[in-house]
Amino acid sequence: MKSKDLLGRRGEDLAVGYLEALGMLVLERNWRCPGGEIDIVALDGDALVIAEVKTRRSLDYGHPFEAVGPEKLARLHRLGAAWCRDRELRMPLRRVDVVAVLDDGGGEPLVEHLKGVG
Amino acid sequence: MALGRTYSVALVGLNGYMVEVEADIGQTLPAFVILGLPDASLNEAKERIRSAAKNSGIPLSRRKITANLIPASLPKRGSGFDLAVTMAVLRAANDIKPTGNTVFIAELGLDGRLRPVRGILPAVMAAVRAGYPEVVVAHANLAEASLVPGATVRGYRTLARLALDFGADPQELALDFEPDDSGESGDGGALPGPCPDMADVSGQGDARRALEVAAAGAHHLLLTGPPGAGKTMLAERLPGLLPDLGDHESMEVTAIHSLCGLPSSTVRLLRRPPFENPHHSATAAAIIGGGSGLPRPGAASRAHRGVLFLDEAPEYERRVLDALRQPLESGELVIHRSAGTAAYPARFQLVLAANPCPCGKASGKGLDCTCTPVMRRRYLARMSGPLLDRVDIQLQVERVSLTDFGQSGAEEDTASVAGRVREARSRQAERLQRFGLETNSQVPGRILRGDLRLASAATRILDQSLERGVLTARGYDRVLRLAWTLADLGRRDAPDTNDIGQALGLRQATAAAA
Repeated sequence: MKSKDLLGRRGEDLAVGYLEALGMLVLERNWRCPGGEIDIVALDGDALVIAEVKTRRSLDYGHPFEAVGPEKLARLHRLGAAWCRDRELRMPLRRVDVVAVLDDGGGEPLVEHLKGVG
Repeated sequence: MALGRTYSVALVGLNGYMVEVEADIGQTLPAFVILGLPDASLNEAKERIRSAAKNSGIPLSRRKITANLIPASLPKRGSGFDLAVTMAVLRAANDIKPTGNTVFIAELGLDGRLRPVRGILPAVMAAVRAGYPEVVVAHANLAEASLVPGATVRGYRTLARLALDFGADPQELALDFEPDDSGESGDGGALPGPCPDMADVSGQGDARRALEVAAAGAHHLLLTGPPGAGKTMLAERLPGLLPDLGDHESMEVTAIHSLCGLPSSTVRLLRRPPFENPHHSATAAAIIGGGSGLPRPGAASRAHRGVLFLDEAPEYERRVLDALRQPLESGELVIHRSAGTAAYPARFQLVLAANPCPCGKASGKGLDCTCTPVMRRRYLARMSGPLLDRVDIQLQVERVSLTDFGQSGAEEDTASVAGRVREARSRQAERLQRFGLETNSQVPGRILRGDLRLASAATRILDQSLERGVLTARGYDRVLRLAWTLADLGRRDAPDTNDIGQALGLRQATAAAA
């Protein structure tokens, strides 16, 4: 595994811990379909949460949040719908969250969370 | 609730309108949106602001920033809003204390320096009028902004210093950055050289006299004559004869020049009447003002309270010359363009110079002239009747004779003529005060033939000319105006027969040619 993939993996682990600490129930990780991949699918009360995790070592190339553009947001919404079809679930409350993990290698990584973006 | 609020000024022509800038930081993905009819350069402010804030040590929030410029319907242009938007955003992020009613007008450099903007004088005047006397500008604009009475102006070189004064955390700020803005504030750009002196003009007694009368009564002037007679030389010496501008006038003039010039070119009040000398290939937009979007002032407005000199007047496009009829009448130019309407003052003294014909030799006996009579007529007819009708003094200038040319150094200099002009002006102002007027050229015929009516003995020649049809009713009034100016120059309380005779001479000098 390449180091950037390792970093991403570690970030996603951190994000799962973070979301669970918020009281969410993580249903699935790294769900793939021809349209792309969802990092985390979770349940927050009645709402289905499609979470995208962005991990960076530093802010040199911008904040992780800035890497989530309108195109990516639209894809996440599409993937959410695809996941529901796949599982034959009706989830009227569905939202997209973004979790940013800043992990410079030393000390505690910084986790930030935006609810219901786009 | 993270909301920041600051103030700035939007200029539409010379009129400034207060703009309220609100900034909100939303808990969603990073973005920067500016609302409220921004133009391209204002939309670019996002990138300037981000870099400037980062390089000043106070990076903007990594969330969605929405800046709203109120009133939303007013088109806003230019980079002068950079600072107001930045301060609103920093306030929204709680990086600085509330800025109260302070008005911010400056452009930001990527390194966090404050850069001067154009039109700072009218903008600060508007802010003071609207009841916002506290203004922050770039240091290079400080001198100009301080010209406005009643304004409390502070100038800063960097965003970091400004943020510090508004309570930002000094630990983070890049305070050791001290850009050198001396190149920007400079000496006020191209200072006009001293006005050329009347003493340089050899001979030309009639023309010198006409120039003095024109200066004394603010009469428009047409000089016709062969090339080399000294028309341009004479016209260039007119601004030197005019009195200094008053406080109010000089603010008006400085405001216009602040709007036209380089961002930092005005640092002092213009006290001398401006002189504009456009080339005859100028378009109507260049003379009266125009341009895409919001119209900018043209040469006629830059000559406000001064002299607009059109050399080789018949060479101008006819519609350019005729476009001047409106400002000659109203002293104002109202220009409409897609982004709005701007009104610029344009109360100038018009000086036209023309050759008598296309080849320029049709003076005196005109033996060398190669033009046909029709060509000659057409040439001068390019200056339309309605335009010439507004020109009180129409003088034929002849080539200087050898005897006059020889005795140089004997001529009167500008200072002594200007002294007589000043005195004549104050006599007029005193007499015309009760009508709310200042100079003889402004007096309407109603007053000339009413309250200022002359004894019929004095106006006998005029009445005869009118009767014989040599003079029109409008021409009659113009001669009266000139006669009053001549009387003022001669320290007489009212024009006598002699003044009226002279006035007729100044008026009819080109009647033969035109």
